[in-house]
Amino acid sequence: MNNIEFIYPELFLIISLLILLILGVYKSNSYNFIKKITTICFLLCIPIVYLNNIGDFNIFNNSYSVDSLSNYLKILILLSTVFSLMFTNDYIKIQKLDKFEYPILILSAVIGMFLMVSSNDLIGLYLGIELQSLSLYVLASIDRGSEKSTEAGVKYFVLGALSSGLFLYGCSLLYGFSGSTNYYEISEVFKQDTSIPILFGIIFIIIGLAFKISAVPFHMWSPDVYQGSPTSVTSFFALAPKIAGLGAIIRILYICFGEIYEEWKSIIIFISVASMLLGAFAAIGQTNLKRLMAYSSISHIGYVLAALTVGNRDGVISAISYLNIYIIMMISSFACILFFKRKNVYFENIYDLSGLSKNHPLISFCFATTLFSLAGIPPLAGFFAKFYVFKSVVEANMIYLAIIGLIASVISAFYYLRIVKIMYFDPENEKFDEGSNIGIRFSILFSSIIIIFYFLNPSSILYYVEMATKFLN
Amino acid sequence: MLYDFLKDYATILIFLFISIGIGVGFIFLNLLFSPNNPDSEKLSAYECGFEAFGDARMKFDVRFYLVAILFIIFDLEVAFLFPWAVSLGNIGLLGFWSMMFFLLILTVGFVYEWKKGALDWE
Repeated sequence: MNNIEFIYPELFLIISLLILLILGVYKSNSYNFIKKITTICFLLCIPIVYLNNIGDFNIFNNSYSVDSLSNYLKILILLSTVFSLMFTNDYIKIQKLDKFEYPILILSAVIGMFLMVSSNDLIGLYLGIELQSLSLYVLASIDRGSEKSTEAGVKYFVLGALSSGLFLYGCSLLYGFSGSTNYYEISEVFKQDTSIPILFGIIFIIIGLAFKISAVPFHMWSPDVYQGSPTSVTSFFALAPKIAGLGAIIRILYICFGEIYEEWKSIIIFISVASMLLGAFAAIGQTNLKRLMAYSSISHIGYVLAALTVGNRDGVISAISYLNIYIIMMISSFACILFFKRKNVYFENIYDLSGLSKNHPLISFCFATTLFSLAGIPPLAGFFAKFYVFKSVVEANMIYLAIIGLIASVISAFYYLRIVKIMYFDPENEKFDEGSNIGIRFSILFSSIIIIFYFLNPSSILYYVEMATKFLN
Repeated sequence: MLYDFLKDYATILIFLFISIGIGVGFIFLNLLFSPNNPDSEKLSAYECGFEAFGDARMKFDVRFYLVAILFIIFDLEVAFLFPWAVSLGNIGLLGFWSMMFFLLILTVGFVYEWKKGALDWE
């Protein structure tokens, strides 16, 4: 049972992490060097994952799946991580976070995410979650001098540990009843037995995973952590961990709990409705951009989960397409947020953007487009994302879910449009610094082009996602 | 199903009640029957016959925790190595190299903490 050749991407990242750690500690002031090599490693890993995509395999006694879905999500994780390393370069230097551990922690978090999206076993999933979360706790508090960053790290750690505990409790219940931690073997047990204690296990596992993707009612950590962490870390939080968490949720719901769809459907519907509504209402009062983005990501997670309640392959396709477009919109919005600095001081309040359009017409156009897209206004990419979700929900005869989603979407349009109003119609403010680095510009340009011109070929992402989820039938 | 499940744990539940009962019972018996005439000497903190000086709660140097954490890593490593060594005949080359890879990761971590100065006391 030697299946090493299927995990080359993971091995590549692990070995480069070990080498980089030694290099970084022996070379003084090695942040720049290590960061460049890390980015190159991520970029090199994309073709490795791609070449590895030669079919659907379950390796290591079915405990690890290397299939089209996991490979797709891995490429998405790598791309979003490369972007978040690229546009945070200035910020990290100005805020003096340029410790060489920073890119290495991101690297180890990415390895954890690879484990999460691929693992086909509760133990493997738990190890992935822990590897990812432990790196993220340290990243959240990497600005050791700042009280807020430390607070964010501790809060994230305490609540993350609690959720890991709940997740483990669920795993132990499930293991106690099915006698196995493997998804396939557990789903065999579900064919005969769906008694109440097993359902308890499922609920605890879903709670643990919902914590990781900050879905309501387990979202409390996310606004504080988003606001307290350095913006570069926040942008990473908004991107890659969501992909990994949703990948793990899709795999566990559809492969492990596939037989008992009726039992978990109502739980996911509740989480989804609560996330959509809370994300819409709670963000109205926020004036801090990072906090606003936290609530915005909570409501977007609600839409993704709404697609997952459908329970068939269509739902997964629209959920992953939504996730895809959400990632692009988040890259654009965080690149814009990292642009707002005057004389090396960063601004996070929405009123600081007042009259932005007079001084920086291009940036404010891109940011406004992104906000329109987040609100789901046609013909931008965000509209199509919501369209896919509502279409699959309506086709599954859950019209009420689509209606709640639409209402939440209309309400959340208010706080997106308020920022547009502040940028375009309020009195002009002092100019922001012009010379932002190439990474920010490229990220904004790249994501804005996709957001604006997505309507030319709206089936493109769907096509790839359909290819990736073929094995689910 | 649920009933059978709970029945298996009934002995544990009974044991739990009995142990709680015994613990609480002795505390109450003590309260009822023990002689109780406190004076200032009896109530003061005992410090080897001296007059008590200073507070028992003081700040510890964070380096103690650091050493403890570093110790735990290598302690667990031994706990991991032992079953590996015993079953080495059965697990073959893959098992051997898996452990070597694990030790490599651990060594890299050790080099990192050494260079970072986590092992220097001053």
